[in-house]
Amino acid sequence: MNNLETIREKSITEWQSVRQPDEPVIFIGMASCGIAAGADKVKAVIKKTLEEYKLKAKIVEVGCIGTCYLEPIVDITVKGQPRISFGNVDEKRAEYLIKKVLIEKDLTKTKPLGHLGPESSNGMPHLFEQSMLKHQVRIVTRNCGLIDPGSLMHYLANDGYIGLANALKKKPLEIIEEIEAAGLRGRGGAGFPTGKKWKACHNVKSDTKYLICNADEGDPGAFMNRLLIESDPHALLEGILIAAYAIGATQGYIYIRAEYPLAIVRLRNALNQMKENGLLGDNILDSGFSFSISIKEGAGAFVCGEETSLIHSIEGKRGMPRTRPPYPAQSGLFGKPTVINNVETLGTVPHILRNGSAWYRKFGVEGNFGTKTFSLVGKIRRSGLIEVPLGTRLREIIFDIGGGTMKEFKAVQTGGPSGGCIPSELLDTRVTYETLAGIGSIMGSGGLIVMDTDTCVVDVARYFLDFIQKESCGKCTPCRVGTRHMVEMLEKICNGEAGPDILDKLESMARLVKSTSLCGLGQTAPNPVLTTLRYFRPEYVKHVKDYYCPALVCNELIEYEVIKEKCTGCQRCVSVCPTGAITGPRSEPHNLDTSKCIKCRACYEVCRFDAIAGNAIIITSRKE
Amino acid sequence: MNILKNNYMKQTESSFLELLEKYPPEESNLIPLLQKAQEKDGFISPGKVEEIAEYLKITESEVFGVASFYSQFRFTPPGRHSVSVCLGTACHVNGGETLLKTIERDFEVKPGECTADGRFDLNRVACLGCCAIAPVIKVDNEIYSNMNVIKMNDILGLYE
Repeated sequence: MNNLETIREKSITEWQSVRQPDEPVIFIGMASCGIAAGADKVKAVIKKTLEEYKLKAKIVEVGCIGTCYLEPIVDITVKGQPRISFGNVDEKRAEYLIKKVLIEKDLTKTKPLGHLGPESSNGMPHLFEQSMLKHQVRIVTRNCGLIDPGSLMHYLANDGYIGLANALKKKPLEIIEEIEAAGLRGRGGAGFPTGKKWKACHNVKSDTKYLICNADEGDPGAFMNRLLIESDPHALLEGILIAAYAIGATQGYIYIRAEYPLAIVRLRNALNQMKENGLLGDNILDSGFSFSISIKEGAGAFVCGEETSLIHSIEGKRGMPRTRPPYPAQSGLFGKPTVINNVETLGTVPHILRNGSAWYRKFGVEGNFGTKTFSLVGKIRRSGLIEVPLGTRLREIIFDIGGGTMKEFKAVQTGGPSGGCIPSELLDTRVTYETLAGIGSIMGSGGLIVMDTDTCVVDVARYFLDFIQKESCGKCTPCRVGTRHMVEMLEKICNGEAGPDILDKLESMARLVKSTSLCGLGQTAPNPVLTTLRYFRPEYVKHVKDYYCPALVCNELIEYEVIKEKCTGCQRCVSVCPTGAITGPRSEPHNLDTSKCIKCRACYEVCRFDAIAGNAIIITSRKE
Repeated sequence: MNILKNNYMKQTESSFLELLEKYPPEESNLIPLLQKAQEKDGFISPGKVEEIAEYLKITESEVFGVASFYSQFRFTPPGRHSVSVCLGTACHVNGGETLLKTIERDFEVKPGECTADGRFDLNRVACLGCCAIAPVIKVDNEIYSNMNVIKMNDILGLYE
């Protein structure tokens, strides 16, 4: 135990050296979203600028704070000042900021997002006063974007591994009781009580037990797990150790998608640091508890998020589910008792062990305690990753935190392909496992896809079913064949090839697949169709009766048109049209030959955004 | 497998054998070995299927059965550059499908295939986890965000 405390003292000094430094410290948000937004180019520019002006400063790579719409994000701390955060830092702005903040020491016109220090300086608001951040309660994500995910020291300095140290002083059953008392439920989507799962495995006598962390975040539109691992890998690893100790496991696996290369790198790095510091391997922190962790890279199969499929995949087999019981807690990986927990569930565990179950129960509502992370994406103004107490209303999430939609709000999809489309009438629903199930959706792992009037719900239902159909493992007939029929029906609707009688057929097929599929994938696959039919039936009817797509999305039901009065004859659209459908001499209104048009949207985009174009190209559907 | 196999000479490279031997010959190492084979060659060749089967003492059809189950594995050689169009939900509602169709049309290539000149192989991916900056495409290891057809064409032009 002393060893950890010695390192912690060192770590606090190190953390202090970036919090209140003598030389400036520049923090760059380098999760994969930040990198995709250009953070590595920004880093290069910052390095170059520092060299050019012979400035001394330390660059620290941090993860992502979750305000993805502000990426790339750069924070700067100078001596005697709090850390100050800047958003949308492209290469030009990075150079400008270095000059302004480090050389001129002048913050005017730098448009900071806020400070991160304890004290406000010259009336600047705290970063967490930003509209996207101020309604959040950050427990699992509390370190994200603030610490260096490559540094064990930063994690330790922020109360890291205190939860583990507390846990190792308890008996395994006491830990399980603490987790049960906290009311923690599985954050992978189903909401099974975590303590109950652990207890079932704890009670089975076996010399070998396994703990698996499910990081196969397969829901398209969800990136909560990626962000947590990339920004704070030790939080997950600490949770894994506590869970393993509680159930009596000696070997752990992290099953992670190969599509998340950066998360894998950061995990491997963190595992090495743990080994070097006695936090992994034999006799962890002199407690007599021994444990090792292997990383298993998934190979791209959505169904492997289902626990029995995931087990088969680790065993080197096709990732197909099997019937339960026996549950993995009795007979799981290689036939041994196994607990499978989601990343966020495990990431929450250290906080409960550090602060106690009573503290955790202060967040959320009865039966749904604590917080949940959501990835807020789609047609939303402020997209990113958020964490809110369970029981928060959808309206608060979408409008107060997300800033509302681009155009008029239409629907929000929770739970990814297994969830449902929730209409505006139900926006005051409080987000809990039960309420979402009650309106035909599910909590799921936390993807929230927001749609506005530019999104066609029939097209979205087709998209999800097409996804599920491709990912169906083929073991049971309802899912293999049923989803195929559903996709075909939805395609006919989107293509204007179906009459009104198809809607009842679609609905009865959906109910059949839901009630007879083997695993969760098939049982939840019809949810997007059933909820859109329930809440947006008129939109389906327009597709099959009038061959009209109100959102102007379904390609077979729309046409492109040039408004002659608006067309400036700039020829930008002529040059981007791949099929020569648009013709006309310069400075005269252009013609669009609809028989040649393949509806690729290139002309529409260029006409809308080009400075000299007149926004003259419109999309119409047949009814108009 | 035989049809595929006839197209290739079986090559046993000592380096791959060395790599194999780093993993105990257990079935649970099948997927990691396939991943290593693909990392090395860019695809899973019939020769590698045979070698892995031999090493793990399971049949080739078992190896191929597992490999073909997972979307990560490809069985044809990749192009000089790999283009992946993200079709996650956020990318879909923001126009990802239009991007895919544009590449399919402009380069006469279907997902999972490679262009005739070997310049690009095209892939559809379910989600790259960059949903907040959708739609995105990935060329080799670079992710490009907030795409539209025009921006994408400029970017693809950078890769010969």
